[in-house]
Amino acid sequence: MGKKTNLHGYDAKTRRMMEGMAEAENNALAARAEAEEECECKEGMFPSMDRRGFLAAAGAVGAAGAATLATRGAAAAPPGAMDYPIQKDPTSEQGRLTNADGGYGSRSQFESEVRWRFPTATKESSWTMTPLDKSEGIITPSGLHFERHHGGIPNIDPAKHTMTIHGMVGTAKTFTMADIKRFPSISRQFFIECSGNGLTEWKKPYLKTVQGTHGLTSTTEWTGVPLSTLLREVGVKDGAGWILAEGGDAALMTRSVPLDKCWSDALVGYAQNGEALRPEQGYPLRLLLPGWEGNTHIKWLRRIEVSDKPFMSREETSKYTDLLNGGKARQFSFTMEAKSVITFPSGEMKLPGAGFYEITGLAWSGRGKVKRVEVSTDGGATWANAELQGPVQSICHTRFRFPWKWDGKPAILQSRCQDETGYVQPTIKHLVDARGLDGHAKFGSIYHLNAIQSWGVDSDGSVKNVHKY
Amino acid sequence: MSINIKNLTLGGCCAIALSLGFTIDAQADGPYGFGSAASAADIAKIDIDVMPDGRGAPSGSGTYAQGKKVYADKCSACHGADMAKPVKGTGAAPLRGGRGTLTSGKPKKTVESYWPYATTLFDYTKRAMPFNEPGSMNNNDIYAVVAYILAEGGIINKKTTMNAKALAKVKMPNRNGFISDPRPDIFNYN
Repeated sequence: MGKKTNLHGYDAKTRRMMEGMAEAENNALAARAEAEEECECKEGMFPSMDRRGFLAAAGAVGAAGAATLATRGAAAAPPGAMDYPIQKDPTSEQGRLTNADGGYGSRSQFESEVRWRFPTATKESSWTMTPLDKSEGIITPSGLHFERHHGGIPNIDPAKHTMTIHGMVGTAKTFTMADIKRFPSISRQFFIECSGNGLTEWKKPYLKTVQGTHGLTSTTEWTGVPLSTLLREVGVKDGAGWILAEGGDAALMTRSVPLDKCWSDALVGYAQNGEALRPEQGYPLRLLLPGWEGNTHIKWLRRIEVSDKPFMSREETSKYTDLLNGGKARQFSFTMEAKSVITFPSGEMKLPGAGFYEITGLAWSGRGKVKRVEVSTDGGATWANAELQGPVQSICHTRFRFPWKWDGKPAILQSRCQDETGYVQPTIKHLVDARGLDGHAKFGSIYHLNAIQSWGVDSDGSVKNVHKY
Repeated sequence: MSINIKNLTLGGCCAIALSLGFTIDAQADGPYGFGSAASAADIAKIDIDVMPDGRGAPSGSGTYAQGKKVYADKCSACHGADMAKPVKGTGAAPLRGGRGTLTSGKPKKTVESYWPYATTLFDYTKRAMPFNEPGSMNNNDIYAVVAYILAEGGIINKKTTMNAKALAKVKMPNRNGFISDPRPDIFNYN
């Protein structure tokens, strides 16, 4: 699609960005195609990269990827897997020894889906997308959770890490990780979505897969201390209204957060899906603001300063603001609004023929629970309710399923969700009418795209990213 | 909900439990006393942020001429000699130019055209720049390079000595360009 899409009219930086993103996706798709070629399951509607496909993908990413591969050898298993001998008949001989993995399990070497990186100029300031096309249920495996870094991934010794709360407080305090873990904790499942999710899709369909169009959202069970507990510990002074949260990475990432959010459901988190945070998710400590744009969930949290006013950091002025038609920019657009997407079937899959399919996808809202998801198979002319997987949780990915008997004719699949506030997921046209397309040249507002996604199914079963509204 | 039992007589406690259905929890509900008091010196080591009104701006100063040298030494390799055209492949942002383009349909967001506060330029430079060696510039260097960037952008006079006081006084061209988020802005409720 990158080659065919007319990029005339975009500014140079936008063109480079879009071309780069398309190239990364194309690399992944090329690897997948190669895997399919040597696979018997050519008609497979669930194409997956095998080992050779993975090698091709990693090699195509660049010199660094190739170097990594060289050290691992040609027989290396996909990331997150170990290479074990393949048994001809597992019933005729004993399997591998108990605990031979050293006590920490890995996925099967036959599973190879990975995050892929947006090819930004540097690998320190970059992001990766979650492979939603393969997602099951609502939880994102920790190793597939999307990433956004501004100064690389710091390697922090938790024994030396501290978090200080100061400013308009009664007693400024420094907490070690041991201190933090002594406080009463809570665990909660919720999504984090980057507000740049879908940034290429404002004007025309651009990326091909759901990983490319929607891969900057993930759901995790997070564990930590309510920030309110820590604020009571230090005492907040009269007149305070905001905090500054600061990370201990090379970017010293900072965002201002209204105090009200800190008192309600903010968490200072140290665990993810039952174990310590992954380094790329903020190890050992991360601020978590359920329902708010991903950038505010400050990773590697080292400092919180309480103040009366926002600090106007670079990330809340120059970035993460939505420039509208007319030249004004919306600021502090924290909440991620209701959104849904069909993950199967989705872009670049191929249905093997007419007949029954279970359409499935994810819906979520930063304002609460998903109340309803509707699916259309005729481009929005008619809608019917999908079944929601329970329990439906607030501010959490919600899996929906919809039985569909495909007649083999061209179809356009869409999903539309409504959250418990009554808000209904809009079309791209609704958003553009309200905000304009001038945020980033003619590319769109970049941030906060929560529109209905359309997947076109051709009569040959191929599925493509299309716009229909 | 838990209630500190020490503050209640047994009778009062039961009355509340019966009438409101509260669970009485004899355990403490904070404050817990964990963590250690942070001294002013400890805080000063990490408290580097600068607010729009100048709060947090450190002592020190720098001039346009000094800033020109700092820029050549620390910034131009990525941001480019003229600040308007970053060096390709570095990921650096343009710092200068673009004024008047925010309503054009092809907005060019730079420090000059888009950033609402000069304090943000100091703050960000101090915390994250230069990219290959963040934290390596002293406060005088940063004041100087801020003076250079702002003067090259036509925002301040080249003769202005930049320091804590001058920084907070800078009026950025897009100072009033930001509005609050009104969302939800789409109403398809049914």
